Amino acid sequence: MRRYSMFAVAREALRYHAGWERAWRSPEPKKRYDVVVVGAGGHGLATAYYLGKVHGITNVAVIEKGWLGGGNTGRNTTIIRSNYLQDASAAIFEKALQLYEGLSQDLNYNVMFSPRGLLMLAQSEHEMRGYKRTVYANALQGVQTEWISRERVKELVPIINLDGPRYPVLGALYQERGGTARHDAVAWGYARGCSAMGMDIIQQCEVTGIRTVNGKVQGIDTTKGAIDCGKLAMVVAGHSGVLAEMAGFRLPLESVALQAWVSEPIKPVIDVVVMANLVHCYISQSDKGELVLGGGIDHCNNFTQRGSWYTLEETTRALVETYPVVSRLKMLRQWGGIVDITGDHSPIISKAPVEGIFVDCGWGTGGFKAIPGSGWAMAELVAKGHSPLAEGFGLNRFREGRFIDESVAAGVAH
Amino acid sequence: MLTFTCPYCGVVAEESELTGGGEAHLKRFGPGSSDAEFEAYLFTRKNPKGVHFERWRHAYGCGKWFLAARDTNTLEVFGTYPAQTTEPPADLIAAIKNKRPGWEGWK
Repeated sequence: MRRYSMFAVAREALRYHAGWERAWRSPEPKKRYDVVVVGAGGHGLATAYYLGKVHGITNVAVIEKGWLGGGNTGRNTTIIRSNYLQDASAAIFEKALQLYEGLSQDLNYNVMFSPRGLLMLAQSEHEMRGYKRTVYANALQGVQTEWISRERVKELVPIINLDGPRYPVLGALYQERGGTARHDAVAWGYARGCSAMGMDIIQQCEVTGIRTVNGKVQGIDTTKGAIDCGKLAMVVAGHSGVLAEMAGFRLPLESVALQAWVSEPIKPVIDVVVMANLVHCYISQSDKGELVLGGGIDHCNNFTQRGSWYTLEETTRALVETYPVVSRLKMLRQWGGIVDITGDHSPIISKAPVEGIFVDCGWGTGGFKAIPGSGWAMAELVAKGHSPLAEGFGLNRFREGRFIDESVAAGVAH
Repeated sequence: MLTFTCPYCGVVAEESELTGGGEAHLKRFGPGSSDAEFEAYLFTRKNPKGVHFERWRHAYGCGKWFLAARDTNTLEVFGTYPAQTTEPPADLIAAIKNKRPGWEGWK
């Protein structure tokens, strides 16, 4: 792999940019790998990357049924923050945020991490108390976050209407280090890093079956033939249940659609990320000038990668009330991603009931921000069989009643 | 837009008039059951990519809970029926089998 640098740009400028190589190879699958990761989204690629980088396991394939980063990694609103309530969540999301801060340098790939600051509006008495509780919890966890007044909110977000008739803004939970990153670049950067370590990224290759012998995984059947593996990591978000069924077990997940959409590009109007969990609307402005907007999840199971019309209507209503400037904008694109929701709205990073299979799923509505931390923990779990960061997120927590309840802390979407 | 016919009041209701209630025909496991059964009852849902039986409430209408069969991959609604039953009506199952020959059945 040739490193990207100023010298590389200068060199290529002198020869008509004919020397750039492809960022990753697209080989045919080998017969056997030590580890097969299913799902070439951010989480899957990060898992493979840290398997190689931290644990020295490079005989790895990443299998993808569609195209790399084309699932939820390419469909989210790219929000990054780490101010979660529960200890286990704060630890893994903080790890992710710290990795994001150095990710462009680590990957030698510009992921355009932009720590522009992130606000979560409090629009009811309950929310206000909840966020203040988060501030105290985060102080104990060593996670930087603060409670700010409504006047400060107005300073940071001049286009906001604080005195909406239904839900006036009472203040906000503010994380200065939070922000956004370029979602595709995160997937592409990890893919390039994996490929450079000699890993095979195989796109357009759907898993059709999982072979097990005596309760131990042997390999997978795919549309590009059978592949044997020592260990199998399932990192497929909304389709985790489908894959788990092939291996003969069930996961405590339900798959629903979560939508996002973008407006036409306009001049800069908002330079922070603002989330409003009570009315379900998220807003930030991309470098191109589009307002990136998101809403809440739908109320029923859905695999169609498009959302319900009424969710779009509800979120638009909240947006127009909170940011009147939005009312005159045309919307350019709308799409949905299939998110996998667990009972306690926290992820699963765990050994599966079948020996040799590991699952990383259940990130629900908040997966993008966790990508580096999730990959780090999952790689450690796959390589060593144990990871301190993943400890609380085992499948057994549902049986044992040790929930990591973020549904109260983060509302429906986070 | 997702629409259902309420089997009680007969109104054709849009999704915005309804509230989803998750998987239908769950068997309750309470005191005396094993940990595995209780865990499965509380958390482990079918979550199929295909035919799914669900509970819906006609929340902004007559207020009744009813059950529906729907394809989560195409959003096609096969039919709705009253909630006072432990399994889907035979004619609905036949209609789904007719449309989805490869379907493995409702259980």
